[in-house]
Amino acid sequence: MGALPDISRRAFLIGSTAVAGGVAFGSFVAQAEQVAAPAPAANPLAAGLGPNAVAFNPWVEIGPDKITLIAQHADIGQGVGSIQVVLIAEELDLDPGQFEIRFAGPSPAYFNTGFADEFAPFLAADHSEAAEAARAATLEYLRKTGLQMTGGSSTIPDTYEKLRMAGAVARETLKAAAAERIGMPVADLRTGSGQVILPDGTTIPYVHLAADAARIPPVTAVTLRDASRWRMVGRPMERLDIRPKVTGEMKFGIDLKLDGMVFASVKLNPNKGQPITAYDASRAVGMPGVKTVLKLTNGIAVIATNSWYAMKAAEAVDCVWAPSPYPAEQADHWKVLGASFAPEFLGKEWRKTGDIDAGLKTGTRVEAEYRAPYLAHAPLEPLNGIALVTERGMDVWLGHQSPQSVQQIAAAAAGLKPEQVTFHNQWTGGSFGHRLEFENVRVLAEIADQMRGTPVKLVFSREEDFLQDIPRQIAIARYRGSVADGKIVAADLQLASTAPLKGLLERMGTPSKDPDEQLKVGIWNVYYDIPNFRAASYEARGLSPCTTWRSVGASTAGFFTESFIDELIHAAGLDPLEARIAMCSVPNYRKVLETVGEMANWQGPLGNGKGRGVAFVESFGTPVAEIVEVTATARGIKIDKVWVAADVGKVVDPVNFENMVQGGIVWGLGHAVNCELTYADGAVQQTNYHHHEAMRMYQCPVIEVRGLENDRKVRGIGEPPVPPAAAALANAIFAATGQRIREMPFNKSIDFV
Amino acid sequence: MIELTVNGTKYQVDVVPQMPLLWVLRDELGITSAKYGCGIAQCGACTVHVDGRAVRSCQAPVGAISGKPITTIEGLSNGDLHPVQKAWIEHQVPQCGYCQIGQIMQAVSFLELKPDPTDEDIDLVMSGNLCRCGTYARIRTAIHAAAAKMAER
Repeated sequence: MGALPDISRRAFLIGSTAVAGGVAFGSFVAQAEQVAAPAPAANPLAAGLGPNAVAFNPWVEIGPDKITLIAQHADIGQGVGSIQVVLIAEELDLDPGQFEIRFAGPSPAYFNTGFADEFAPFLAADHSEAAEAARAATLEYLRKTGLQMTGGSSTIPDTYEKLRMAGAVARETLKAAAAERIGMPVADLRTGSGQVILPDGTTIPYVHLAADAARIPPVTAVTLRDASRWRMVGRPMERLDIRPKVTGEMKFGIDLKLDGMVFASVKLNPNKGQPITAYDASRAVGMPGVKTVLKLTNGIAVIATNSWYAMKAAEAVDCVWAPSPYPAEQADHWKVLGASFAPEFLGKEWRKTGDIDAGLKTGTRVEAEYRAPYLAHAPLEPLNGIALVTERGMDVWLGHQSPQSVQQIAAAAAGLKPEQVTFHNQWTGGSFGHRLEFENVRVLAEIADQMRGTPVKLVFSREEDFLQDIPRQIAIARYRGSVADGKIVAADLQLASTAPLKGLLERMGTPSKDPDEQLKVGIWNVYYDIPNFRAASYEARGLSPCTTWRSVGASTAGFFTESFIDELIHAAGLDPLEARIAMCSVPNYRKVLETVGEMANWQGPLGNGKGRGVAFVESFGTPVAEIVEVTATARGIKIDKVWVAADVGKVVDPVNFENMVQGGIVWGLGHAVNCELTYADGAVQQTNYHHHEAMRMYQCPVIEVRGLENDRKVRGIGEPPVPPAAAALANAIFAATGQRIREMPFNKSIDFV
Repeated sequence: MIELTVNGTKYQVDVVPQMPLLWVLRDELGITSAKYGCGIAQCGACTVHVDGRAVRSCQAPVGAISGKPITTIEGLSNGDLHPVQKAWIEHQVPQCGYCQIGQIMQAVSFLELKPDPTDEDIDLVMSGNLCRCGTYARIRTAIHAAAAKMAER
C-alpha cells in the first residue's frame, strides 16, 4: 500500500485473530458481504464479450481480431502492468506484442489471494501447522469477501500461480477447440507464438479459434510447466511498459481526453475531512476561461476550458473553512502522541517472552526515545480523474488501487448505486499509498454529478495534492533494553502512533475496532534471540487522519527497532553485523544478513570518517538486510554506497526486481534525510517539492542488489526494501561520527552533502 | 491568437499570453508527453526544448516564446528513437515513468552541451529532475551509455 499502497505497494491488513482453529476478522465481514458474490464469482468479462469472442477466465479474452490480457492489480510504477500479463503469456505461449493489456474493473472474481499470509496472525517465518491452517482459513475468507485491492506488496504472491494457471487453461482450451475442429487428438497439438501448431507444421492463430473455444467448457485440468521451460518469467526481459514510457506514448490517467470535456480544479478545506462554510467566488468568475464555480461538500471547484485557468481561478476563490477536529498546531500533535503511552490507548501487547521486568534489571540499562513525522506520498502524477454522469449512471476514469471502493465512494457522492458506476482503471504516475485514498474520487463524483451530461477532467494542483494528502503515521518509540556479559538480555519495545490501516478501513466504509495490525510490524517480528522481550503498540486518538505509506507501519518501527538494536549491540561491545547474524533465529534470514555482509565485504569499523551501518527488517514476509556506507565530510554526511540482500523465494522479474529495490532504498533514505509534514492552523505547511524534497540525483548512492531464493514462498518486493534503509543510514552515521540520530528527518540533527 | 511552432507544425492558440506552455501543449494541443508535476520548476517533468535548449514548460509563458521552435519528445528524432531513448530502454530506466519524458528531454539537451559527462556533471544537471520512484542510478547509467553511443557516430 502507498508506498506508493502501495498498497499497493502498500500494506493492507484486516484485524484478525485466530479463533478456534479458524480466523475471525473484526467488523470487516459484515461490510464486505455487501460486495461478496457467490463463489466462484461469475466471470466479469462475460458481459462485455463481442460476437465470436471467448473469455476463458477473468484474465484472458480472445476475439476474432485480438487477444486481451487483464491486469487485475493496478500499476503504480511497480511494473505489475507488465509482469501480470507476462505470467499469463508464459503459459499461453504468447509473445510480447501479440496482445493488449487492460486493467480489470471491480469484481470479486479478482479477490486478492496474496493477502492471506499477511492477514493471518502469525510471523512470516512461522510455517507451523497452525500458521498454515490460519492462512488457509484466511484465503477462504478472502474468497468469500472478494476484496480486490493492490497493496501490501502482494501482487506477485497473489498472481504467481494463479495467472500462469489462467494462461494454461486458455491454452489447453484452445488446443481442445482446435482438436475438435480438425478431428485430431489434443496430444498431437502444440502451441507457440499465439498459434496452435499441428504435427505437419500447419498453424491456426488463437484468434481464429475464439468462436470454437467459446462453445466448449474451459479445460481446467492443467499442469503448470516446470520453471526450466520458462521463456520470460524469472529471466531478464524488457518490461512491457518501458517503450511507451520512453517514447511519450504512454497515456496516464491525467493524459486522457473525452470529446466535449471540460477542465476542473479544486480548492478544498485543508482541515482534512471538514466542510466549507462559506465562499466568495466574485474574483474568480470573470477570469479567463472560467465557465462556472461549483460548491462541493468540502470546498469549491472551478470549471474552465483549460486546467491552468481552473487552477488559477480556484486560487482566487476566498473560502471559509470549518476548523480541524485534530490539533491545529504540530507541537500539540506531538504532545497528544507522547501522552498516548497509557493503558487506555493500548492497541495490543503483540508479543511477550521471558520476564521483561527482571530482564531489564539485569546488567546495563539502555533507554531511548525515537520519533518519526507525518509524511506525504506525493507521487509525481497529482491526483486527477475524469467522470461523466448520464441517465444510465457514471463512468469514472482514474488510476486507483481499490476498484470496488472507487465504485462505492463515487456512487455515494453522486447519489447512485455502486453498480451504476463503471470504473476504468488507468496507468498511474506513482502512488506509494496515495491512490488507496479517495480525496479525488469523492470530489470528482460531486463535480460530475453537478455537470451531468458533460465529461469533466479534474486535476489537483500540486499544492492541493499536498494539502489533501492523508499522510504517513507519526510515531514515537519508547524503548528500554539491557545488556550483560556481551549479550542483549532484554528489549521492551513500546510504540505510540496514529493508526494508518484503521484510518483507511474507516474511510473505505469498513471500520474496525481491532488494534491496527500495521503497528505491530517492526516491533513484534523481531527475529533475534532476546530472552526477555515485549512489544506493544499504543494508538493515539484525535490526531491527523493517516494512511498507508510505502511499507506502512514498518516505515517508522523498522527505523526505531533496528536503530535501538544497534544501540544495544554497541552497548554490549559487539560487532553490529556479526551480532545480528549470531542472534538471528531463522536460518533463511541469517543467510540474508550473511549475504549482505559478503557483498559489502564487512570487516568492522572503517575509520577515516567513514562508517557503515547495517539493518534487517522483515515486512510483508520479505526479509531484507541493508548496509549503508557514509563519509563524514566537511560539508556534511555523504551517502556513498548501499548493499541490499532480500529473499523473495523466487525473483520473477529480475531487472525490475533490481529497479524496485534501488527505488525502495532511494525512497527510504530520501525521506529519512529531509522530509516531514507539519501542521499549522490545521493545514500542512509543506505544499510542494521544495518543502518535501526527498532524494535527488546528487545524493543518490551506488546501490548493489542481490535477490535470494531460499524462502519456500514467493514474496513481494515493492515495500520491504524501505524499512531498513533509514536505520542502516542512522547506524552508519553513528559509526562514522559517534552521533546517534533518533529523529526523522535526520537533517534536523546533522548536515548532509 | 498566439502562433506556436511545435515539432515543426504551426498552431494558432487562443489563450492568455501568461498561460504556461505546458498547459497549451496538454490541454489546447493534446500533446500530453510533457507532464504536470509541480507547476513551479521543482520537478522537471514538464521539460521540453525551446530553441534547442531544455526548458521547464510550466514556467514558460506562451506569449514569450511565440515564434521560437518548440520540441517535445515526439519531435526529438525523425522515425528512429534518439540514442538517449534507446539507452533508457536498454537500461530499463522507468518505473512509473511519469518523470521520464522530462528526464530524457533534459538529458538530450545536456549531452549536446557536454558530450562526455562525469558522474558529477550528471548529478549537477539532472538533480533538477525529480524521480519519486528512485530510478536515479539507472538514469546515470543510461546517460553514460547514450554518451558513448553518440560519441561513436
